[in-house]
Amino acid sequence: MKPVSGDRWRGVAERSWRPAALLAACLVIWHLITVTGLVEAYLVPSPGKTFDLLVDKWSYLWGHTWVTTYETILGFVVAGVLGVLMAVAMVYSRTIESTAYPVLLFAQVIPKIAIAPLFVVWLGFGFEPKVVVAVLMAFFPVVISTVTGLKSVDAEMLELAATMGGGPVKTFAKIRFPAALPHLFAGLKVAITLAVTGAVVGEFVGSNEGLGYVILQANGNMDTPMLFAGLIVISVVGILLFLLLELAEQLMLPWHSSRRGAAVTTLLAKGGS
Amino acid sequence: MTGTLNATAAVEIDNVAVRFHSKRTEVTAIEQVSLDVAPGEFVSIVGPSGCGKSTLLKLVSGLLKPSAGSVTLLGEQVRGPRHDIGFVFQRAALLEWRSARKNILLQAEMRGMNSAEAGKRADELIEMTGLSGFENALPHELSGGMQQRVALCRALLHQPRVLLMDEPFGALDALTREQMNVELHRVWRETGTTVLLVTHSIAESVYLANRVIVLTQRPAVVKEVIEVDLPDERDYSATMARPEFATATAHIRDLLGAVTGHD
Ligand SMILES: Nc1ncnc2c1ncn2[C@@H]1O[C@H](COP(=O)(O)OP(=O)(O)OP(=O)(O)O)[C@@H](O)[C@H]1O
Ligand SMILES: [Mg+2]
Repeated sequence: MKPVSGDRWRGVAERSWRPAALLAACLVIWHLITVTGLVEAYLVPSPGKTFDLLVDKWSYLWGHTWVTTYETILGFVVAGVLGVLMAVAMVYSRTIESTAYPVLLFAQVIPKIAIAPLFVVWLGFGFEPKVVVAVLMAFFPVVISTVTGLKSVDAEMLELAATMGGGPVKTFAKIRFPAALPHLFAGLKVAITLAVTGAVVGEFVGSNEGLGYVILQANGNMDTPMLFAGLIVISVVGILLFLLLELAEQLMLPWHSSRRGAAVTTLLAKGGS
Repeated sequence: MTGTLNATAAVEIDNVAVRFHSKRTEVTAIEQVSLDVAPGEFVSIVGPSGCGKSTLLKLVSGLLKPSAGSVTLLGEQVRGPRHDIGFVFQRAALLEWRSARKNILLQAEMRGMNSAEAGKRADELIEMTGLSGFENALPHELSGGMQQRVALCRALLHQPRVLLMDEPFGALDALTREQMNVELHRVWRETGTTVLLVTHSIAESVYLANRVIVLTQRPAVVKEVIEVDLPDERDYSATMARPEFATATAHIRDLLGAVTGHD
């Protein structure tokens, strides 16, 4: 059932007021901490000061934001495509699954921050090593969720498909892949947040642009307002990309989202992982 | 093609046995079953739970290979999944992202049927099974009985000469089930399809069938074949009231060893 649009907006308001209130409370506490002098101003700048800086230095931040966003999206797309292809190969071939799984797990447990310098050595100071770190971080959840999704298909449905004689390609295109999409999207939403982290980690290791670089610079200069501003921008980028995926999911899988409970609950649960 | 003595049968199950091997144990689901079904015949299969009824239908469809014996469908030995059948499972098994009509048309898309013809046929089936007005509803917007009707339409779309049904109405309430029985009976009369129906309902098995096959406990063999002595034209309540109906159901109930009727 499609909710009437008035209902829909009321639904959005009902779902958003709690997180919005929580956010406001955090800002108030932050503000109180700084005005009461509980913490020295050079350690924690006030929210007002931070937002003033955000506005003043906007053009400077904007350039770096764009760099990080670009690296994130590129890493995410590459991880998404490779991850789905890998998952398909693993689901259709036992040999590939048993061969690739341990390697995948190994690649996943290696701390990316520890191998990031290696990519800088290999690929230089450009955007490439950041994209590689983003891909490495985002790849795993895509593979796992897609494999789970492709395997979740009802065995009877596949038997039915066999009696319809469409062959493996049609069975994949019309049954298996669409059935895996809800799982795939869950993985993609985790992946996008990890891709942001990956890009920033890559920038930490060796870079002269991007939000990771901004934070590192601010850190070196003891410029805490700029540090806070950088953190806020990174979070906003992550949240916006996440919401974009959420929107894409709702547009592509209306049958799924309409059956799902409170969107914000899943949003928070997934965002936290 | 195989040389069969009885080329007129739609389905010939010839001395089949099915054994499942797991790590330690070997389960014999079907010991030895033979059964011929004539073209256009409606055969019900009843038996205790776990005796091998679903296994039997999977053999006929080619989704499962017998350990011994052979199955011949429409004059051709079954060696792999067959496409010249329609299959309805206990659960409707619909694609939740497709509307009722699109779920029915999955059959056509998988087979590469002419889409205009398939669409026309789908609309006829929707009309016939009383789904009109719900063509565009998603499965979760349909009742259990409607979902099952969609599954039935999907199984009939390509006009299969043999229809296999595995407890298709098991999940329905008694009243909806009766309505579905009446509808299935009408569909069968209109299409002349050969039907193999597995069911737990003795009343259903008798009301719909020309013959009822009673299987024993696992490992299954045919315990008895009951010829249903009822006219082809079967009004539901009138049929229920007939003495032949009572005799047949009581007899099957005895064979199954049930104390009371359980559906
Ligand atoms: N894939 C399998 N592997 C091992 N054993 C199986 C398999 N499929 C079925 N069996 C066994 O074969 C027997 C018959 O199973 P089947 O599903 O045909 O029973 P059924 O008559 O349809 O039962 P029900 O009425 O409960 O649906 C059961 O004992 C079951 O445990
Ligand atoms: Mg069964």
